[in-house]
Amino acid sequence: MTVTDTPDLECTAVCKDFGQVRAVDNVSFQIPKGSFFSILGPSGCGKTTLMRMIAGFEDPSSGDIEIKGKSVLNTPPNKRNVKMVFQHLALFPMMNVYENIAYGLRCVGTDKATIDQKVKDVLERIALPDVGNREVHQLSGGQKQRIAIARCMVLDPDVLLLDEPLGALDLKLREAMKIELKLLQHQFNTTFIYITHDQSEALVMSDHVAIMNEGRFEQIGRPEELYHAPKTAFVAGFVGDSNRWSGKVSAVEGGKAKVTTDAGLQMLCQKRDGSDLSAGQSVNIYVRPEFIAAKRADTGAAGDLNAIRGKVDSVLFNGANSRVLVRGPSGELIEADVVVTGSDSDLRAGDDVALSWSDQQTMCFAT
Amino acid sequence: MQSDIKRLSLILLFAPFALWIFLLIALPHIGMVILSLREKVAPRVYEFGFGNYIDFIQEPIYWNTLLRTGSMSILVTFLALLIGFPIAYYIAKIAGNRSKGALFLLCLIPLWVSDLIRAFGWILLLRETGVASSFLLWTGAINEPIEFLYNDVTVVVGLVYTVILFMIVPLVSTLDGMDDAMVEAGYNLGGSGFTVLRRIIIPYAMPGIVSGCIVVFMLTAGSYLTPILLGGKNSSWFTEQIYDQFITRFNWESGAAFGFLLLAFTSLVVWLGLKLTGQTLANTVAKS
Repeated sequence: MTVTDTPDLECTAVCKDFGQVRAVDNVSFQIPKGSFFSILGPSGCGKTTLMRMIAGFEDPSSGDIEIKGKSVLNTPPNKRNVKMVFQHLALFPMMNVYENIAYGLRCVGTDKATIDQKVKDVLERIALPDVGNREVHQLSGGQKQRIAIARCMVLDPDVLLLDEPLGALDLKLREAMKIELKLLQHQFNTTFIYITHDQSEALVMSDHVAIMNEGRFEQIGRPEELYHAPKTAFVAGFVGDSNRWSGKVSAVEGGKAKVTTDAGLQMLCQKRDGSDLSAGQSVNIYVRPEFIAAKRADTGAAGDLNAIRGKVDSVLFNGANSRVLVRGPSGELIEADVVVTGSDSDLRAGDDVALSWSDQQTMCFAT
Repeated sequence: MQSDIKRLSLILLFAPFALWIFLLIALPHIGMVILSLREKVAPRVYEFGFGNYIDFIQEPIYWNTLLRTGSMSILVTFLALLIGFPIAYYIAKIAGNRSKGALFLLCLIPLWVSDLIRAFGWILLLRETGVASSFLLWTGAINEPIEFLYNDVTVVVGLVYTVILFMIVPLVSTLDGMDDAMVEAGYNLGGSGFTVLRRIIIPYAMPGIVSGCIVVFMLTAGSYLTPILLGGKNSSWFTEQIYDQFITRFNWESGAAFGFLLLAFTSLVVWLGLKLTGQTLANTVAKS
């Protein structure tokens, strides 16, 4: 994030209380121009409230919201140059597609010829040049989506807010729209703020993702940072899949911590920058399935530092994302990614396996 | 066998509806038409003809009364919409879930009381020795009692009060179906409060507005008690003319013709209203 450019949106210590409940707690962030920023969090974490404050439908209890360097706290929603794509799109059913897009332009008093031109342009940019005269109910789900975005983009907003707009679409269309949204964002080169509880949407599309939990931002970063270097246990557990053990630190030496899990397993984990582990502390350990190598027990032990023996409970075949569930020594199930090739060497239920992973992939958080 | 049972159940289900339509709607109207097309040439001697309708056209007091009833009903409808819309919007969109039911119930309470009692309520308030007049005397604003009854304003006020519920109910049900996000989107895209009302809320509520207006207009134009009780002898309401023909003058032929003219006239006004607003019965009354 460059400091010289004014960010498109900057929030400083924004809080929002509903009676006794603090929905948004001291959130600060800034979004550089032209980036795709996602706010990812479980339902009820306050992400929608935060977005409604940016759009102006709610007033923050304290803190400041700046758009292009100017505070918008006293600007009513219809005067903010922040447009929003609603969860159920909220296209106007009594107007056709042309009128839906022209609505915003009419509100600012654009003349008729310019409106015609702009609507035509934006319809071409979303690759739906001939739908102007259609009624909203004649469009497919994906088309409605694009019209909802076009209706905002025609006004040339500083920031476009998207409130889980893919939630109502079926799986196949959702996958296609993810890519399309990313392309549209590139094409318009406008800052998009995308609110979602679906991590794959956030990870695939975003330049930066903020993980929100209980009204607070847990971590802001690029998707791969959040995935590989989570700063808190919540982020490690929420983003991506992981196996979790709880245990106690038995010793710390040479930047590595030795942990004994509650079930008595020994594990080594690398201390991350800034983390503070000491002997006797109780910790949670997260290990992602793709970093666990599962090999037949008779092929010999791997050179890695952490190893567990177990029995394959079941094989979850899902093409390239296939996985085995391994019953560990203390009866817990451990997930590990495997390549299923269809040959005899594949793991089968009942096989004895050795699981191993490096200490660098062992994420350890004090509880 | 199966299809026979189906057929039978269909007939059984359909029978009450058919009986109702035929006995209570079609038959009386056919009778009215026949009755209205009879001319009295001598005592107990009748002849087919349009005399009753020609009488109506030739006597200005008759069609003036009809026009007056029509225009005052339109005024009442308009006022009911003007007052009812904000109330309906408040109930449907602004009030919380719990107060919504209570407010709706409050609107329904006047229906517990009969039309007649409600009209007498107004009389108690507005007559020369009534509450309003006495209060003004007591405050010293006036020196002698005022008769608030028996004028057009009172009739309009009484009618609006009687029919406004029938405006509020369809409006609440249409506005209730409107997604709040639609209004927010209206603001978000740069619309002012007035623009949002004119371009989003009103077009969305149009089915409710039209069906409310039709019901209210029909009820008002066909009402009898309120105009008579609040307007007195010179309220000149068309239903009063019909009553006169049937009961006072015992001229059933003429009364039937008037009744039919009222039906034709109100239908014409409703049709014109639909044409002017570009709505159809199918997408308004049938929907709400």
